[in-house]
Amino acid sequence: MELLISVIKIVVVMGVMLGIVAYVVLLERRLSAAIQNRIGPNRVGWQGLLQPIADVVKLVFKEDIVPLKSNRFIHDLAPIISLAVALTTFAVVPFGDKINLFGYDIKLQIADVNIGILFILALTSLGVYGLTLSGWSSNSKYALLGGVRSSAQMISYELSMGLAVLGVVMIAGSLQLDTIVEAQAGWKWNIILQPIGFITFVTAAFAETNRLPFDLPEAEPELVAGYHTEYSGMKFAAYYLSEYANMFVSSAIITTLYLGGWQVPFVHSFGFSDFWIGIIQVFGFLTKVILFVSFFIIIRWTIPRFRYDQLMNLGWKFMLPVSILNLLITGLVILLLS
Amino acid sequence: MENQKPIVHRKDLHWWEQFYIPQIINGMRITLSQVFRPKFTRQYPEEKWNPPASFRGRPVLVEQNGVERCVACGLCSRVCPALAIDVQASETELLKERYPVRFEINMLRCIFCGFCEEVCPEEAIVMSKEFELVFRFQEDAIFGKDKLLISADKLKDRLEYLRKNR
Repeated sequence: MELLISVIKIVVVMGVMLGIVAYVVLLERRLSAAIQNRIGPNRVGWQGLLQPIADVVKLVFKEDIVPLKSNRFIHDLAPIISLAVALTTFAVVPFGDKINLFGYDIKLQIADVNIGILFILALTSLGVYGLTLSGWSSNSKYALLGGVRSSAQMISYELSMGLAVLGVVMIAGSLQLDTIVEAQAGWKWNIILQPIGFITFVTAAFAETNRLPFDLPEAEPELVAGYHTEYSGMKFAAYYLSEYANMFVSSAIITTLYLGGWQVPFVHSFGFSDFWIGIIQVFGFLTKVILFVSFFIIIRWTIPRFRYDQLMNLGWKFMLPVSILNLLITGLVILLLS
Repeated sequence: MENQKPIVHRKDLHWWEQFYIPQIINGMRITLSQVFRPKFTRQYPEEKWNPPASFRGRPVLVEQNGVERCVACGLCSRVCPALAIDVQASETELLKERYPVRFEINMLRCIFCGFCEEVCPEEAIVMSKEFELVFRFQEDAIFGKDKLLISADKLKDRLEYLRKNR
């Protein structure tokens, strides 16, 4: 029975997540258009709501081009790594409290790993392989440059990301994501307790997901399309989807770590039954995540791309000392309060 | 070297500005305020653009009192840089004595330069406002007199514009 519940959870979460990610693409297109005083895709279905389906159908029927003298196996493997890593990371993110369905207590989280944060950090560093291998196997100088940039960028930002998370871990006293969420009950959200950690983590998350202002691996004006220059058809779609999946998952992680996860303040004071509180909490989580995804998109159209040396300077000379300082302050405060 | 621009000395960033985060928030406010501005997009097939009189669309022959003004002098075909115009003249009983039996413009060759209109002594060929030129076959792109003749009332805008600006 446990196994069946797990399988059902995996299928449902995968389906819902892919659906949401597809619509995050639409959200990005519509919101970017609105920011640029355009309308954006609004022809396929009501207000363009069927656009993702049209896109996928188009990409499925496109020719899959593999460049000459490239390594076919790795060329095929790289987008799979990217997408798989992006989707797997969500497995440890709790998206709701326990919910009682048909007499079973169901935990709204696929895998309650007791080293959740370590798992996330490990998987996001695996994501580098997707980009670097694609750059190497494409047999193209632009793709290679993009891949090399991505590896350097992600490795340097992983460090400050890990150090920023440590502050949260020290407050909650656990690496388990569920415990971290429960420690943020009410208004004790980590964004209030850890503003510096929040800012460093968010900046590092932008660098990890290769979104503007840190989208150097695919910088259009310099590198054509960066690491996915030589990709087409569904393999390109896998990269495209993994970018948005990454965005969604890192928003979910930021929500879990800093914005109270699935906690909705004052929800218990309205007198709903436990089941409905559970549902409200899931929707609260989704709302927070989608709002943060919108934040990602707005930032994209606000800040121009960093130069490569600026990126490295920011990562090593500013973010790293600041996150270490944050760690020290957090430790001191915890020591004084206990 | 004399007309080189003077070097502008920019002020160093204030310590508050070096934090970068308030500036980003300010920038995001500007970005977000754009969302509520009116949109520039025109919903094309439903909502069509009416070009101003100075617009150079496809060239057409002006039709007056049921006959074309053209006297088949051949200047337009002579001046056409893309060799798109083909005129064959003949005689007529009317006052103008000459008229084109065949007048063809190959719209695949036309570059919309408007030289034909400029050179025409009779104001008989003018640029219209039509810009939707789609063909399924190459033969369809060769416009004969049937497609080129447009009555003068419909071209009033352009004719007035030409009189004022030529």
